[in-house]
Amino acid sequence: MGKLIDMIRQDVRFGDSLKACMNCGVCTAICPAAEFYDYDPRRICDTVQRGDEDEIERLLTSDTIWYCGQCLSCKTRCPRGNVAGELIQVLRSVAQKMGYYRSSEKGRQQEQLMKGIGQNILEIGYCVHPDRVDPAYHPEQGPVWEWYHDHIADVAPRLGANYHGDGAGALRNIAQEDLDEVRRIFEVTGGMELRNYVLPTEEKDNE
Amino acid sequence: MKRYWNEYQKEIADDHFFYERSCIRQTFFAGSETTFLRILREELDKDICDNPHQHTCTGIGYHSDVVPFETTMTVVARLFSLMTECGYKNFVPSCVTSFGVFTEMMAKWEENPALKEQARQYLWEACKREFEVPENIVHSSDIIFKFREELKPKMRYQLVNRFTGRPLRVVEHIGCHYAKIFPHHGVGKAEFPYVLAGMIESWGGEVVDYPERRHCCGFGFRQYLVQENRGYSIANTKKKFESMEPYEPDFILTNCPGCAMFLDKWQYTIAEMEHKTYDQAGYGIPVLTYEELTGLLLGYDPWEMGMQLHQVQVDRLLDKIGVAYKPEEKYLGVGGKLLPTPLKPEILKQ
Repeated sequence: MGKLIDMIRQDVRFGDSLKACMNCGVCTAICPAAEFYDYDPRRICDTVQRGDEDEIERLLTSDTIWYCGQCLSCKTRCPRGNVAGELIQVLRSVAQKMGYYRSSEKGRQQEQLMKGIGQNILEIGYCVHPDRVDPAYHPEQGPVWEWYHDHIADVAPRLGANYHGDGAGALRNIAQEDLDEVRRIFEVTGGMELRNYVLPTEEKDNE
Repeated sequence: MKRYWNEYQKEIADDHFFYERSCIRQTFFAGSETTFLRILREELDKDICDNPHQHTCTGIGYHSDVVPFETTMTVVARLFSLMTECGYKNFVPSCVTSFGVFTEMMAKWEENPALKEQARQYLWEACKREFEVPENIVHSSDIIFKFREELKPKMRYQLVNRFTGRPLRVVEHIGCHYAKIFPHHGVGKAEFPYVLAGMIESWGGEVVDYPERRHCCGFGFRQYLVQENRGYSIANTKKKFESMEPYEPDFILTNCPGCAMFLDKWQYTIAEMEHKTYDQAGYGIPVLTYEELTGLLLGYDPWEMGMQLHQVQVDRLLDKIGVAYKPEEKYLGVGGKLLPTPLKPEILKQ
């Protein structure tokens, strides 16, 4: 395994994400995550730019890289054209490949996301689907969502949706031939490999 | 007064669109997608393809870091191949996250042709498919913006309070990935986005400017999707509500389905947590998708568009506009089937 900084630089997104940061801090000023967490995208750019392996390893094993909400407001405002949010994507990718994500509480949440969103994509062809927005896990959705969730088979057709139907339309079942192509794309491009980094062995065995 | 946004127009195709559905809009606002297609086909006489072989762009997984860049890039290539196969060149995503993903891949391919070649190889190896890059890519809200003046004479209602005769005051919220990633892809770019403001002004309303107008809705991908992290999401949304509250908006208009859902549902949650609502009467601020607003003004039935699925009720807004609607049909199922009504929240008035 090469140096961490080399792995970071090899990601196709790296060149766009960090050109030359002058540490002005505009990204931090605009950042919603910086308002909520002890989070400073300016310092992340600085750490990667310095290229110190020990510091980068500390960063990749910390909660810090998992605080970004990917709104990418930083891209609009950086006077040097850097994208701290895109650099975060690169760092998270390396943290998962190296297993460093397991060292932090926020990083370990990737397993949950892989079981949820990752599984939805492969199983039904949607990232999100009403069947999988369970009111018990989503109390913030409120009683109207619970009502819709309970009565969707009666309500969705009224909205012109094709709920669990074949063919075109909102909320249709995605045909197996199309799901097979999506899965094949995951196999060819590293999507399944990432699943294998993140999911525990028993979950992979069940696929 | 200098209108800066006038300098930032973008090309929006006239006709023959390939529609890419949104996971989030289908989940929470399925009626909005139906309404969009109806407006294009029935009001504007446009050709738009709703291809049955489409699927997620993987955007939520990509920004939650459970799908690698190369995988999302190739899934995008497959969706472009469906467009190519059907003979279309104008690509129209319904989702703002998807719009950001598609424009990101196109930008990466333009600056790095070898990457586009890699996408072609991956797609061929996985699916034996080929693709062309769209000639024109716009968000679905861009199309309604483009034809807003053409739609206006067909509208039954205006954005005017029928009780006072004054324009309705509207907060517009643009999804971050509409123009913050690639400003030249947004009408008015990132600093002066005009896609929703243009609709509001053309249809008789007044746009509310407020300090946190460009702040994120708070979705944050993993910050909402993981239950333990949701404090991030609701805190950022709350910041927006507190900023807009003094301006007493009549409703919020969005072009991103995720934003519409969060701005609606978090009002309920904040009311439950803190007994706080952001309008003086305690009903909350209704949140509309741009498809719902357009359909409403055209005289479409609000319940056929799914407006009963909002947690912040829209009835009082319908009354202000003067929309004719049947309250007794609000919670019916298909074919007039009687269903139980939703439970009422303790704080947020219904």
